[in-house]
Amino acid sequence: MEINLPALFGQLLIGLINGSFYALLSLGLAVIFGMLNIINFAHGAQYMMGAFVAYFLLQFAGLNYWWALIVAPVIVGGVGILIERSLLQWLYKLDHLYGLLLTFGLALIIQGLFRHQYGSSGLPYQIPPQLTGVRDLGFTFLPNYRAWVVVFSLVVCFGTWYMIEKTRLGAYLRAATENPTLVRAFGINVPRMITLTYGFGVALAALAGVMAAPIYAVNPTMGADIIIVVFAVVVIGGMGSIMGAIVTGFGLGVVEGLTKYFFPEASNTVIFVIMVIVLVTRPAGLFGRAA
Amino acid sequence: MLDRTSGPLLEIKDLNAWYGESHILHGATFNVQAGEVVTLLGRNGAGKTTTMKSIMGIVGKRTGSVKFEGRELVNLASDTIARAGIAFCPEERGIFASLDVEENLMLPPQVRPGGLSREQIFELFPNLRERLKSQGTKLSGGEQQMLAIGRILRTGARLLLLDEPTEGLAPVIIQQIGNTIRKLKEQGFTILLVEQNFRFASTVADRYYIMEHGKIVEQFANSELSKKLDTLHEYLGV
Repeated sequence: MEINLPALFGQLLIGLINGSFYALLSLGLAVIFGMLNIINFAHGAQYMMGAFVAYFLLQFAGLNYWWALIVAPVIVGGVGILIERSLLQWLYKLDHLYGLLLTFGLALIIQGLFRHQYGSSGLPYQIPPQLTGVRDLGFTFLPNYRAWVVVFSLVVCFGTWYMIEKTRLGAYLRAATENPTLVRAFGINVPRMITLTYGFGVALAALAGVMAAPIYAVNPTMGADIIIVVFAVVVIGGMGSIMGAIVTGFGLGVVEGLTKYFFPEASNTVIFVIMVIVLVTRPAGLFGRAA
Repeated sequence: MLDRTSGPLLEIKDLNAWYGESHILHGATFNVQAGEVVTLLGRNGAGKTTTMKSIMGIVGKRTGSVKFEGRELVNLASDTIARAGIAFCPEERGIFASLDVEENLMLPPQVRPGGLSREQIFELFPNLRERLKSQGTKLSGGEQQMLAIGRILRTGARLLLLDEPTEGLAPVIIQQIGNTIRKLKEQGFTILLVEQNFRFASTVADRYYIMEHGKIVEQFANSELSKKLDTLHEYLGV
């Protein structure tokens, strides 16, 4: 078989872009699951809200993309904190299933409200002027915005990993994931930490939404489309593993891209096939610890 | 001695505690004076550990009174209780597997000035210095116990609750823990100890309380120990 390099690199690049979003989203899910024991099905809706808030900021407040990267996660993360305080905090002692059902219901409500208000055709969001244009790499063309997405999401992912695995704050988080009662009995306000963790995980989803806005357009169903794949990524990587979420996110994006080149018919299902194989052979996921 | 600390450092009155539906403590009443080492003795299931957890605020429901330096703690959350100046070393030691030894040691925040420095902790437990980068749960049982005690000495808390610190340890390690407790007492720490091993307790304690069915049924000073051996055998079944 003759390999068409520009086409292969093109698909690889698309895979890396998708992988960036998978990694950011599954990272947020992993952080939330580790601390709250809740499978946050509203994650896709929160990603979508991030994109919409970026759109609103531009339309109504004149705040550009760069502002949106900071402000939208703060706003959507704040909404997440309200959700945690008003709804989720009552579910921690119950089975995972209740949290999943509640957040799934929330996702449907949020998506329904946005679709009712803004239709489902999508709103345009321009690439920031600093990042328009294309770089000629010789063997392929690299759009600047896409390069930015890959690099920036790598920075955010590894920054988050570093914070959790290598800092004092992260030690509190890891310890509270293991034994929240004892950590609290040392004088640490664990409930507040849980609230802020949820806010942070939601803010990561919103950040991914802002980054996605110029690529996929702002659409009420954009979260529902991606979240199914992201859940497959989380299952493959292993629930609650930070590095697992990052590596699996990028890795599966690339695998998906390669499949598009070598066997396009399977590109939409390859991740789910991998999920089935992983579930059968390593039920805790590639990076997960068996419960 | 007329300052506000002239009463008992820890004063517990009519303490009741429940785990879900089961009523474990039935009106426990006792106190600990500043600078004392007091030991709670009793059979398995008598309510010793529950007493510790009730003081820390980590049982489901509790009523009665727990006063520390005259301040009522019984309705406070456990993080507030810790910040009042009480530190807890649980029976299962509670070493975190996802943290290395150093992170475990540095985890409990300082609640008051005057805690031991890292160097002072390493002087008490030299083994810990060698193992700082090991995963917390990779330490031996004895080292884990040293880590569990060491990390609460940093916090500045003056009242230490040690729940069965000698459980499952080799005699030589038990001796080291005993030396440590005596040194801590010299340094002015107040210690409430739960022990099954009353031979060990007799090497460190000033006073004893015996618990049965969630109540204090007997108390005596270390000097009365020899006279009380029969009573002890009766209660503890040793």
